[in-house]
Amino acid sequence: MRRGITATALVAALALAATACGSDDETGGSKSSGELSGTVTWWDTSTVGSEDKVFKKLAEGFEKKHPKVDVKYVNVPFGEAQNKFKNAAQAGAGAPDVIRSEVAWTPEFADLGYLAPLDGTSALKNEKDFLEQAAASTKYKDKTYAVPQVIDSMGIFYNKKIFKEAGVEVPSSIADLKTVSKTIKEKTGKTGLYLRGDDAYWFLSFLYGEGGDLVDASTKSVTVDKPEGVKAFKTVKDLVDSGAAKTDATDGWENMQSSFKDGKVAMMINGPWAVADTLTGKEFADKANLGIAPVPAGSASQGAPQGGHNLAVYAGSKNLDASYAFVEYMTSVETQAQTAGELNLLPTRTSAYAKQEAVDSEIVGFFKPVVETAVERPWIPETGSLFAPLVTEYTKVLTGQTTPEKAASTTGDSYRKLLKGWK
Amino acid sequence: MAVHTSQSVAKAAGDTVARGRSRGTGNPPPPSRLRRAMSVHWYAWTMVAPVVIVIGVIIGYPLGRGIWLSLTDANERNVARSIGVNELPATYKFVGVDNYVDALTGTQFLGTLGWTLVWTVSCVGITFCLGMGLANILNRRIAGRSAYRMALILPWAIPGFVSVFAWRFLYNEDRGLLNKILGGGGIDGIPWLNDPTWAKFSVIAVNVWLGVPFMMVALLGGLQSIPSEQYEAAEMDGATAWQRFRHITLPGLRPVSTTVILLSTIWTFNMFPVIFLLTRGGPGEATQILVTQAYKFSFEISPRDFAQSSTWGVLILVLLMLFAMVYRRVLRTQGDNW
Repeated sequence: MRRGITATALVAALALAATACGSDDETGGSKSSGELSGTVTWWDTSTVGSEDKVFKKLAEGFEKKHPKVDVKYVNVPFGEAQNKFKNAAQAGAGAPDVIRSEVAWTPEFADLGYLAPLDGTSALKNEKDFLEQAAASTKYKDKTYAVPQVIDSMGIFYNKKIFKEAGVEVPSSIADLKTVSKTIKEKTGKTGLYLRGDDAYWFLSFLYGEGGDLVDASTKSVTVDKPEGVKAFKTVKDLVDSGAAKTDATDGWENMQSSFKDGKVAMMINGPWAVADTLTGKEFADKANLGIAPVPAGSASQGAPQGGHNLAVYAGSKNLDASYAFVEYMTSVETQAQTAGELNLLPTRTSAYAKQEAVDSEIVGFFKPVVETAVERPWIPETGSLFAPLVTEYTKVLTGQTTPEKAASTTGDSYRKLLKGWK
Repeated sequence: MAVHTSQSVAKAAGDTVARGRSRGTGNPPPPSRLRRAMSVHWYAWTMVAPVVIVIGVIIGYPLGRGIWLSLTDANERNVARSIGVNELPATYKFVGVDNYVDALTGTQFLGTLGWTLVWTVSCVGITFCLGMGLANILNRRIAGRSAYRMALILPWAIPGFVSVFAWRFLYNEDRGLLNKILGGGGIDGIPWLNDPTWAKFSVIAVNVWLGVPFMMVALLGGLQSIPSEQYEAAEMDGATAWQRFRHITLPGLRPVSTTVILLSTIWTFNMFPVIFLLTRGGPGEATQILVTQAYKFSFEISPRDFAQSSTWGVLILVLLMLFAMVYRRVLRTQGDNW
C-alpha cells in the first residue's frame, strides 16, 4: 500500500470498466506459424504523470515486435490494484492478462490460485540473471508465479537548498532528525519532514530501525507487539507531536509529493518510484537540488524495507502465450536498462546494472547498496494482508487516538487472527 | 451483498397489508376460499406473477445468500473459484451464530454502531431543521424566489462523488480553501480530516449540505398544501407568528415530515459514498459507519472476510427493520395512519 488514492481512481475505474467489456471473448494464442496474436491487457500500477508514460511507451514497443498482438495498457492506482485484481480474478470477469504485482501481493495471489505458474514457459528467460532478493518473492511452494520487474527500498529525500539555508547536515539518526528539523523550522520556518501517515509502508523503516519486525516467519511468531514495535510507534508519534514532522490521515501521497515539490518541507522518506515525479516539481527544476541519503537509524540500526514489483500472468487469461512473451519482454535486460535510465528504477537483472543507462544513473547507484542491505519481508501468502490492520493503528497513533502500547498490541492481536497458530 | 437490499426495508415493512396470499406463501387458507379467490382473481395473479418472481430473484436470492454466508466462515481463501487452469472447490463450513455472537460481544460493532447513531441523528436533525427554515423562507413572496430555489437545489443536482471530492479539496489541511481563508484571518488551520473529532464534524457537514435540498423541497411541498384560510383565521384570532407555526404549520406538515424523516434516516444510516470518499472511514476508524465497515470487510482487508461482512449486513437490515416498526407504532399511537 504505497500510493494514495487519487481522484483519478474513479476515472480509472470507469476506464477499466470500459476496457474490461468486450475483451473477454477475444481469444488468441500462437498460430501454427508461431506468430503471436490477440489482446494482452496489462494493469500497470506505476505513478501517474511520470512513470506511466515510459511504461506505456515500452508496452507499445512490444506491439512493434509482434504486430498481431494488441497490448491494452491500463493504469490502476497502486492503492486499489490489490483489491481490484482480487475482485476481478475471483469473479472471472474483467481481470487483466498481466498484472504488475507488488512483491507482497505475489505469494497471496499465487496462494489464492489467481496466477499462472511460469516455470518452463517463455516468460522466464535466463533465470539465473535475476537478483536473488528479487526472485525470492516470486516463488511460492516451489513454483515461480511472477517475474521480477523492479526492486526498490527507501531513503530520505532532501532539498539541498533548504538544508544550505538552515546550515544543517543530512540526519543519520532519529535524534539528529529532530535537531535538524528544529533548526530548519527556526531558520526557514519550514517543516523538516513529511511523514506519510496513511500508509503503513512508511512505518517499516522506523520499526526495523528499532530492531523490530512485523512477524518472524522462522519461529512462526508475531513480533510487532514486542517492545521494539512499541518503541517504533513511540518514535513516529514523537516526531509528529514535537513538530519535527507533519502528516495527513488522507491523501498522503499527493500531500507528501506536493509539499516536497513546492519546497514546503525539507525532507521526506521515499523510494525510487517517487524520483521521476519529484523531479517534475518546481524546486527540482535543477535536478542537483534533490539529495538522497539512507533513512535515519533508530536505536538499533538502520533499516529500510525491500520492496519492488513483479509481473504476473492471470491464470484465467485467454491469451497465455502472448502474455508470457509480454512479461518476458517487459523484464528483459534492454527494457530494464531503459527504465533505469529514464526513471531511475532499479533493475532486477544483474546484467542490466552493467548497462550504460544504469551506470549513469546516480540514483540507481545510490539505491543499489541500500537494496542489498534492505530488510526482506517473509514471502508468505499473508504478507500482503499485514498492512491493513497496521495502517489503521499507525494512523490512530499519529492522530492521537490510541497509545503506542495499545496500537502495538491491537496490531499483534489481529495478526494472530490472520496467521492461525502463530505465537 | 445484503447491504443493498436494505433499501427495500421501508417497503417491506409497510406492505404487510398489501402482501396478499399469493400461491405458495404462508398457510394455505381453506380451499373453498382459495378456489373462489383463484376463480375471481386468477387474471390478477397471473399478471403480478412475473413481478413477484423477479423480485424474489433479485432481492430474495442475494438476501438469502447473505444470511447463509453470515452463518458460515466464508472468506476469500475458502470459497469456490475456477480460474483458468486452477479449479478450487469451496471449503467453508457452517458455524452457526458464531459471527453474530462475535459481532455483538466485540467492541468493534458496538463502537461503530454508536458513531453510526450519532451520525444519523445529527445529520437528520440538522438537515430537517435547516430544510424547515429554508422552506419557510421560500414559502412567501420574495423577490427572486425561483433563483434561490434553484441555488438551494444545486447540491442535489451535482453527482454525489463530484461534490464529495470538491469538499475533499476544500478540507485539505495545507492547500485547502477553508484553511487558506482561516489563515487569511490569522487563525491557525484546522486539521479537518486528520483529527478524529474534526473529521466527524466534517463528514456530518458535507452530508447536511447534500441532504438539505431534499428536505427543503419536500417540506416546501408540504407547506404549500396547507390551506391559507387557516393562517388567516389564526391571524384574526390574534395568534402570534410562533403560535401559527406551532399549531398550524407543524401539524399540517406532519404527513410529509414523518415520511421524510423515516426515509432520510434510512438513507443516512446507509450513506456509503460520503464517508467512503471523504475519509475512507479514517483517520484510523474514527468515521467508519456500519456500512462502510461492512464494505471494508468484504473488499478491503485481505483475506476478504465475506462472512463477517454479511453478518454486519444482516444486522444493519435488522436494525433498520426494528427502527421502521417502532417508528410506525409510535406514529400510530399518535393517530397517524400510513
